[in-house]
Amino acid sequence: MTQEGWTRKDLIGIEDLSVPEIQLILDTAESFKEVSERPIKKVPTLRGKTVMNLFFEPSTRTRSSFEIAEKRLSADSLNFSSSTSSLSKGESLVDTALNLQAMAPDLIVIRHGHPGVPHMLAERIPAGVINAGDGAHEHPTQALLDAMTILQHKSQLEGLNVSIVGDIEHSRVVRSNIHLLNKMGAEVTLAGPRTMMPVEVEKLGVKAVYTLDEAIKGADVIMILRVQLERQSRMAFPSTREYFNLFGLTRERLKRAKRGVIIMHPGPMNRGVEIASDVADGPYSVILEQVANGVAVRMAVLYLLAGAFQEAA
Amino acid sequence: MKLVVRGGRVVDPSQDLDGFLEILIEDGCIAQVDEKVKGIRGAEIYEAHGMVVCPGLIDMHVHLREPGQEYKETVRTGTLAAAAAGFTSVACMPNTAPVIDNRSVTEHVMKEARVAGFARVFPIGAVSKGQKGEELAEIGEMVSAGVVAISDDGFPVSNAELMRRALLYSQHYDIPLIQHAQDLDLSAGGVMNEGEWSTRLGLPGAPGSAEDVMVARDVLLAEDTGGRYHVAHLSTARSLDMVRRAKAQGLSVTCEVTPHHLLLTDEAVSKSGFSTNTKMNPPLRSESDREALLNGLADGTVDAIASDHAPHHTDEKDVEFSVAPFGVIGLETNLSLCLDRLVRPGIISLSRLVELFTAGPARVLSLPVGTLEPGSPGDLTIFHPNRPVTIRAKRFRSKARNTPFEGWRLRGRPVATILGGTLLNRPKN
Ligand SMILES: [Zn+2]
Repeated sequence: MTQEGWTRKDLIGIEDLSVPEIQLILDTAESFKEVSERPIKKVPTLRGKTVMNLFFEPSTRTRSSFEIAEKRLSADSLNFSSSTSSLSKGESLVDTALNLQAMAPDLIVIRHGHPGVPHMLAERIPAGVINAGDGAHEHPTQALLDAMTILQHKSQLEGLNVSIVGDIEHSRVVRSNIHLLNKMGAEVTLAGPRTMMPVEVEKLGVKAVYTLDEAIKGADVIMILRVQLERQSRMAFPSTREYFNLFGLTRERLKRAKRGVIIMHPGPMNRGVEIASDVADGPYSVILEQVANGVAVRMAVLYLLAGAFQEAA
Repeated sequence: MKLVVRGGRVVDPSQDLDGFLEILIEDGCIAQVDEKVKGIRGAEIYEAHGMVVCPGLIDMHVHLREPGQEYKETVRTGTLAAAAAGFTSVACMPNTAPVIDNRSVTEHVMKEARVAGFARVFPIGAVSKGQKGEELAEIGEMVSAGVVAISDDGFPVSNAELMRRALLYSQHYDIPLIQHAQDLDLSAGGVMNEGEWSTRLGLPGAPGSAEDVMVARDVLLAEDTGGRYHVAHLSTARSLDMVRRAKAQGLSVTCEVTPHHLLLTDEAVSKSGFSTNTKMNPPLRSESDREALLNGLADGTVDAIASDHAPHHTDEKDVEFSVAPFGVIGLETNLSLCLDRLVRPGIISLSRLVELFTAGPARVLSLPVGTLEPGSPGDLTIFHPNRPVTIRAKRFRSKARNTPFEGWRLRGRPVATILGGTLLNRPKN
């Protein structure tokens, strides 16, 4: 394994990455996948490195995934979580950053409700920063694990039709996926209620449609997004029942899908809202593979950034 | 006390003057403007060769933060910044603590300005008591203390009936009502313009229509009432168009635009990497809005350029984009930005720019300044039309540093400011 070709201190978003950088992460993840299949799932690669996981938003899935990745790489991890936007009451983010830096971590994994926070942190501290989701902006490791999962079923991303369905406006998963899929040559179609489609989204190089049938037709991959019930303060739709009627993915509707279609969901799922149970657990679903690949992708990112840090130091 | 300024190009759009003229100021007032002024024995002489000389500039929309938020700015530091930047008059907004909604707060601000002595300060009083949008403030009392307009700036007058009443009542004192036009429901939660860039960045957007629906409503009420209505920091193509049509209809409707809305777009939020110095209200808009504003400058729809100088402490701005306060400062960048980015590329003429900073705002607010008419206050701004300058916030006289223009290299800069016949400064590098 080599860290050659990786020079970044941080992973803030897919938007900044080049195609070779994306490829490098995916290739590295592929080689780490093997580690997770061993009886003793641990390599000494990051021994002596300290990784801080800062979660300013509740997240079980992403946080556990990073923690497992860190443990399998033998890094020392520290976890901080807080449901407000600062770790200590009244403390500014800048002060938090300076305090953390005083503990000299090598890497910081951060999830925050406000877009731009990982960027802000990365500018101020020498540790490498990994964005684990910033508001509705980016969630780069999710897009990477999605790509890895697709590539286990399809020979290449180029030329694939990928439809992403749901609450586009509030989704960081969508934005990172759009950037990654566009860079790799896939065709992206977004679908969702008009009230959840951000303005001028076509300028990101995607097509927007407003029925589920249009999204299903011809798609090689269908990604269903979580309806963020807790974020619907803006009168976006009247009820989860109406949502399910318009955009809920059911087995019936999937009959019109292309052969070999795969169904993805970044989790956690609202069964019966955006996806029917028989689809989530059905033969096209690759949702559990996504979870497994999440660990490999995060190991790859931690490994590459730790190497970049070493060279910079 | 006599002062002669000679050798420069004198531009005074209030009288259609543009030529190499001499100006004699006597006892604080403009005495003569002529090819060769007479009776200059004993006068101090200011040689202005290579410079432009114009009526003292007016920034009709600034926040001086006093009383109540002196850690951000004071009347003294704000007017010092004004003087350093060629502004001899500023109109300050009432969103202080306490609010400028009565005689005594008005008098306090004016007294602080007199004591400092760096610029004329024309306070703008609140429309409603405490800027709460419920009942009319004592407008007559404030006018007799020196208020030149009313505004609930920062807190749009949302209640249409209050707006209608205020447009009627303010006519007793012949003062304009300045509206921060924003529908608070449409803009709720928005931290930048809604458009391609809010979509890319995942930041909640406030649509341009939040401004437009308010301007539309208010223009209708201005038509019904005959009141004087002024749109503060107008930022969208459609609002501008409504002002244009209202003017054509003969209504007393005017507007100002800011240099940041003229020179930046919402893309700056992304390009600056979420810099909170690109966060203001109204937000930076789209390129098509920006182009419309430039057209509005050229075709006469826009009455004034004003900075909406909004000082904030560095600690307040050094936070997450979403939670940072809105606003940027502008007094000390206004002139150089406009000379370099509006006049030099030929978007507007030099005399039109001077009009937008002098006769234009003076007309909107019925101020006695902004002209070289004999008998007017002896306020002059002398600037070099193309001497280079680099914006460096750390050199500002303002207490605040929140500019989006840090590091910009520009040509054209203020050289000297004369207030009531007194040469205040010769700003250095
Ligand atoms: Zn305002």
